[in-house]
Formats: sequence, structure tokens, C-alpha cells
Amino acid sequence: MSEEPVFDTQGVVKKFMYVNRRAPYGTIYPLEILESVLVAAAFEQDTSVAFLDDGVFQIKKGQDPKELGMKNFSPTFRALAGYDVEKLYVEKESMDARGLKVDDFVVKVRVVSAAELAKLMAEQDILITG
Amino acid sequence: MLHTVNKSPFERNTLDSCLRLAVPGSAILLIEDGVYAALAGTAQTAKVEAAAKTHEIYVLGPDLKARGFEESRLIGGVKVVDYGGFVDLAVAKGTVNSWL
Repeated sequence: MSEEPVFDTQGVVKKFMYVNRRAPYGTIYPLEILESVLVAAAFEQDTSVAFLDDGVFQIKKGQDPKELGMKNFSPTFRALAGYDVEKLYVEKESMDARGLKVDDFVVKVRVVSAAELAKLMAEQDILITG
Repeated sequence: MLHTVNKSPFERNTLDSCLRLAVPGSAILLIEDGVYAALAGTAQTAKVEAAAKTHEIYVLGPDLKARGFEESRLIGGVKVVDYGGFVDLAVAKGTVNSWL
């Protein structure tokens, strides 16, 4: 008879980074990633969120998808601080290519170069990219 | 002919294919994530500005509004249409080519 596996996860904290690469509304990826971020936060993991490529459009101010029959999920990024998710990064190269400035974003972010973001990614235990 | 493009020009080459094959004088309507191609001051702006000299370029208003951009951020000469305007264009231009 095989023994029951034992999972002792109490107090285990890993470094999770969620990497957003897609524009909002065109696909379901951004919403699914955001839900995962909230799960990691609920389990009190060391969670950070990065925005690069078209992912930087997810935090553009003034989104209003009512006429598309969709929900504006961008305010949720502002609520992340309440879950102790305070490490939000935007890759500068992606932001510049899209003509965006920090004032365009709904939430306070740290703008980092691709090289800096690569270093942050290398420090993670878990990366979830979509 | 009316061409519609629904993919972000930063992520896919759909717009490039459309611009390569759309004859001068035809209309191009940017919808869904395609609306990002209509923005001024981006890495894609120059090619769309060039296309606007030979083609009519339109952008679907509700998709632009959903993504948080006002008309003031658009490339000059790009016209905003609503869903009714989309239908009018489809009727007026005869054939619709949806670049997916």
C-alpha cells in the first residue's frame, strides 16, 4: 500500500511574477492573468506584475468598454496594493514604442529597462506569462 | 473595397499585409486591437501616416473608447466612425476584406 503524500505548504512563500504581454479586450489572457494575480496574493505569495509589449495598454487610463458589453478591469490594478501587491513594472522599451507616458497609467508603476526586467525575471521562482 | 484590420500592429503583421495589398483609394477600417495603429507618436505611426496619403483610414469609435484613447491621440486625417458608420462603409465600398 502506497503512503499518502504530505504537502506541508504552511508558510511557504515563493516569488511569483505575472507577465502581461497582451492588449486588454482583444483576448481573454489579460483577465485570466489578473485573476491569477489575485489568487497568488490571497495565498500571501511574494507577487509582482510586469507589463510589456501590448500588455502596457492594460493600464491605460480612461478605458470604457461599455459599448462592447465588456467590463473595465483596469481599476482592479489600483486595488492590488490592498493585497500587498505593490511591485508593478513597465518595460520602458514597450511603453516608448507605443507613445505612452507614466501619466497615461491608472496605477503607479516602476518603469524599467529590458535589461532590468530581465534581471528581475531571473530572480523569480515562478513566472506566468500571457 | 473596405479592408478591416482587427489585430494590434505591435503584435502581428496583419496591418502590413493589408497595406501591401490594399489598392490606392480603398478604405481601411481599424477595429478591435487594430485601433492601436491609429495612434500618433508610436513606432507604427509613420507607416499609417504614409498610408493615409493614398487611402481613407477609419477607426471604430467604441473600440478606441474601450481602450482609453481619445480622438486627440489619433494620427491626423484618420476618421472615427460608430457601428452605423461601419455599416455605411461596408455598403458604400461594396466588398469587405476582413484581415484576421
